[in-house]
Amino acid sequence: MSGYAADVAALARKDLRLELRAREVVPAMSVFVVATLVVFHFALPPDSGRTAAYGLLWVALVFTALLGLGRAWVPEREGGVLDGLVLAPCDRSAIWLGKSLATLAFLAVMQAVALPAFALFFAPIRGQAIVGIVLADIGICAVGSLVSAMAAAGRTRDLVLPLVFLPLAIPLIVGGIGSSVATHGSHYLLFLVLYDVLFSILSWASFEYVITE
Amino acid sequence: MGVALVLIFFVAQVDADQGISQKIFYFHVPIALTSYVCFGTGAWKGLRLLWTGAERYDLESYTAIHQGTIFGALTLITGSIWAKASWTHWWVWSDDQLVLFLVLFLFYCAYFMLRTSIEPGSRRERISAVYALLGVALIPVSFLAIRLSKSFIHPVVFSRHGPGMTHLQFTAFCVSWAALLLLVYVMYRIELIGKRTDSELRDLREAVAA
Repeated sequence: MSGYAADVAALARKDLRLELRAREVVPAMSVFVVATLVVFHFALPPDSGRTAAYGLLWVALVFTALLGLGRAWVPEREGGVLDGLVLAPCDRSAIWLGKSLATLAFLAVMQAVALPAFALFFAPIRGQAIVGIVLADIGICAVGSLVSAMAAAGRTRDLVLPLVFLPLAIPLIVGGIGSSVATHGSHYLLFLVLYDVLFSILSWASFEYVITE
Repeated sequence: MGVALVLIFFVAQVDADQGISQKIFYFHVPIALTSYVCFGTGAWKGLRLLWTGAERYDLESYTAIHQGTIFGALTLITGSIWAKASWTHWWVWSDDQLVLFLVLFLFYCAYFMLRTSIEPGSRRERISAVYALLGVALIPVSFLAIRLSKSFIHPVVFSRHGPGMTHLQFTAFCVSWAALLLLVYVMYRIELIGKRTDSELRDLREAVAA
């Protein structure tokens, strides 16, 4: 098991180091999410309340995550690394877990920019909402790493990924918005945990079939 | 199918509350249930494909999901008509089942786009199978999510105390569902035969060309 954890850590570290050197995805995501929030300021009518702003925050977060997921497997594909990884003597699900953890780190950095910006522009964010966002991030990374690997196998990957991802993300958005808006939102958080567990197990078990030729 | 039509329109009592528009219930609900059966079959065939690696399950899974999507579209249409008759709007977000079907319909539309974008081969078969499995996991989760997101005003007919219908209405409902299941099975077989012939023809052509 320690071998498995070491594989996962090595794969995640590879993605983080690539990003630290190239600085491509995370700055783009951070700028994009702030730009989206500014657009929403103009899109919202002046008399619409805070609840609408919370809803739009989730739209911004999901679409920004989509931006990052679209780039998730690009380095592997361009370098032809995927064949090497599949041949490497490690469990294939470790590739998925490493990618998910790296994407989770990217999302965390992006949201460290987005949430203060949202609090500054629109409305304060409660602790419960932050727990909801973290739980939703786990689900987004788990499912997103799987479906972006699926979409990357096709010719029209940038086109197909949002189509596949958004219906799958609807339960996450429901749980997330519920936890941001409701005063007693513990059942929304519970629902997010359920989603994370179910889809993580499913993605973990099925990733091997997606990636092998 | 004919027996079902007779039962629906001439034998079953007219609903006191909703009148004639309640008749569409005998189509709408069985169509929806049939499409769940199709999606379930598609996922089951996908699981068998991953388990055994037998190539024939790919076409079976694809055909089942294709039929399921057609019936899903029919569910949306009949549900919309029913909503117009009962609530005077073509679309109401308060109806959980219809919203669920909209989500599923979008999800399975993406299935076809994903599938056609990948080169034919064992990888496409496996990705399609995994996608079908994600679909059946998504059905209950989305349903729960939609329930959580709002209160519901849909008339819940099947409660814990058994169906809230008379025996005659229930019989008509079951006959109608059985007829639709038979229909979908026949359509499934026909489409499967067509698709198999197609792929055999392609293999033959390649053999002749080579």
